[in-house]
Amino acid sequence: MAQKLLLEHDHVPDIHTFDVYRGKGGYRAVEKAFKAMSPDEVLEEVKKSGLRGRGGAGFPTGMKWSFLAKPEGKPRYLVCNADESEPGTFKDRYLMTRLPHLLIEGMIVSSFALGANTSYIYVRGEMMPQIRILEKAIAEAKSAGFLGKNILGSGYDLDLFVQPGGGAYICGEETALLESLEGKRGNPRIKPPFPAIAGLWGCPTVVNNVESIAAVVPIINDGGDEYAKRGNGKSTGTKLISASGNLVKPGVYEIELGLPVEEFIYSEEYCGGIANGKKLKAVVAGGSSVPILPANLILKTATGNPRLMSYESLSDGGFQTGTMLGSGGFIAFDEDACIVRNTWNYTRFYHHESCGQCSPCREGTGWMEKVLHRLEHGHGKMSDIDLLVDVARKIEGNTICPLGDAAAWPVASAIRHFRDEFEWHVTHANEAMERNYVNGQ
Amino acid sequence: MLKLTETKEAKFSSELIAKFNAVLNGRYPTGKQKAGLLPILHLVQAEYGWLSSGVMDQVAEYLDIKPIEVYEVATFYTMFFLEPRGKYVFEVCRTGPCCLVGAEKIMDHLEKSLGVKEGEVTSDGLFSWRGVECLAACGTAPVLQIGPEYTYYEHLTEEKVDELIKELKNK
Ligand SMILES: Cc1cc2nc3c(=O)[nH]c(=O)nc-3n(C[C@H](O)[C@H](O)[C@H](O)COP(=O)(O)O)c2cc1C
Ligand code: SF4
Ligand code: FES
Repeated sequence: MAQKLLLEHDHVPDIHTFDVYRGKGGYRAVEKAFKAMSPDEVLEEVKKSGLRGRGGAGFPTGMKWSFLAKPEGKPRYLVCNADESEPGTFKDRYLMTRLPHLLIEGMIVSSFALGANTSYIYVRGEMMPQIRILEKAIAEAKSAGFLGKNILGSGYDLDLFVQPGGGAYICGEETALLESLEGKRGNPRIKPPFPAIAGLWGCPTVVNNVESIAAVVPIINDGGDEYAKRGNGKSTGTKLISASGNLVKPGVYEIELGLPVEEFIYSEEYCGGIANGKKLKAVVAGGSSVPILPANLILKTATGNPRLMSYESLSDGGFQTGTMLGSGGFIAFDEDACIVRNTWNYTRFYHHESCGQCSPCREGTGWMEKVLHRLEHGHGKMSDIDLLVDVARKIEGNTICPLGDAAAWPVASAIRHFRDEFEWHVTHANEAMERNYVNGQ
Repeated sequence: MLKLTETKEAKFSSELIAKFNAVLNGRYPTGKQKAGLLPILHLVQAEYGWLSSGVMDQVAEYLDIKPIEVYEVATFYTMFFLEPRGKYVFEVCRTGPCCLVGAEKIMDHLEKSLGVKEGEVTSDGLFSWRGVECLAACGTAPVLQIGPEYTYYEHLTEEKVDELIKELKNK
């Protein structure tokens, strides 16, 4: 079994409390950083670790931190992105429920490295139970002297606050998140300037995913080089995978990057195969926004190599035959799942969540939803299929934020790999019109 | 078009104001109290069940911002209700991964059991239901939650939904 770096203690009773977490070696990273390291040395370890952002884009965390502007007289902020709304992704909610102190410990060490004296964890509003868990854990850490003034006698002060969202997927996009945190509508900002220069209230800001921040703890405890020894190539370390859909054992798994996809799906240690003895039809490997792949292409690359759970292997072949690791939201479809209905469902999601600032996204997602609705409900035309491809292409790359791409890719890839199912919905209108649950259950 | 519903609300209670003060206490830099808007709207909705223009105007006054700044936020985020709902709103995830394991059947069942369409209120004022987007619980799907605590109910079956309705009716 691969060694776990984040979820090693997730099943220890009461690990969400300070005392139990501390008893398992918790807050050692804070002690080490504050007593034996400078902020720049912490940053150096994170760089060495090769950690890549776990929120979806995979941007190297150490590099992102090194871009943070440090003008005199302006505060700097660290904001943790706990908006987790990408369909198929639920690892951050799991982590905050089970191991709130791991996130808090990561926030303390990361804030220290960045020189932030006030930091926020922005949690989507629906996660009120997790917000309460975090607030309680923060109070515990504070009374133990790990937050507040002059932490561990280091002279460094840090206040940490939890901020709720209000229900809006777009607030996961980092500049929309900052707008929302300022008490506004979640409209993404035009970049540049990037948050590292002008973020929260115009001050230099780093936004990082929950899992990225939690990973800083083992990186500091064991050293960046040790972390980088795990994983595969430029996909270092471990990754939390949220596994859902038609699997025997859906759930959150910590894998070492580079694990073969086949092993992840079929081995008893992980998902245990496809539910109800059915066959695998397709997988969306990185949250709803990444291209869907049919079973053959998710198990093996186009050149016949086993497909691995890593940034590089999943994107091997580009979008023709590959996909992306994204947020690690791994959604498995069995042989009965209807790809057209699923694509319509996703498109409705993106249309619903579009903030409406750019016309290609606002209008294009609505148009695609309409066309997919009519295909799914038995009054589509053959020409609708190419129309969808055309609309998707016209959204992609033409918007302020990547939500437009995220809406276009699922449609384009579903048609690329499952065009026959779309055609079937046109030629078999009556059958398609019957109330048809996504997988007929 | 979204529209706001006006009512004459009593002034906020001193207990509620104390909760607002706790939100603002040291959390944001001086002059940036507008950042407290979302947490405060959650508190107000938990108290009143929904947001009338009357209570939003009071929030604006409390935060020293313009009423439109409150309205534009309340209308953007899906968690805020701009008209009265049932005392218990079942918010069922309707997104792809949940639908792979039966979320649509759960919604059909709710519609039948409660006898109201999505967004409507039962005649006793107790219940409403609606589909919402992915709740980050896809591995324990199907799932719904109920405010103002937003407790998650996971691994739903039709029987579990019936039990939940019964339990809430008897509460
Ligand atoms: C529409 C959209 C939604 C996003 N949602 C999330 C999210 O829920 N959580 C998250 O960490 N990142 C999300 N991101 C990515 C963030 O913009 C940002 O890249 C990330 O928080 C950076 O953290 P990382 O470098 O640690 O991954 C989203 C991006 C887009 C375009
Ligand atoms: S791409 Fe869509 S969500 Fe992003 S800014 Fe434009 S309209 Fe808003
Ligand atoms: S799709 Fe329903 S919780 Fe994620």
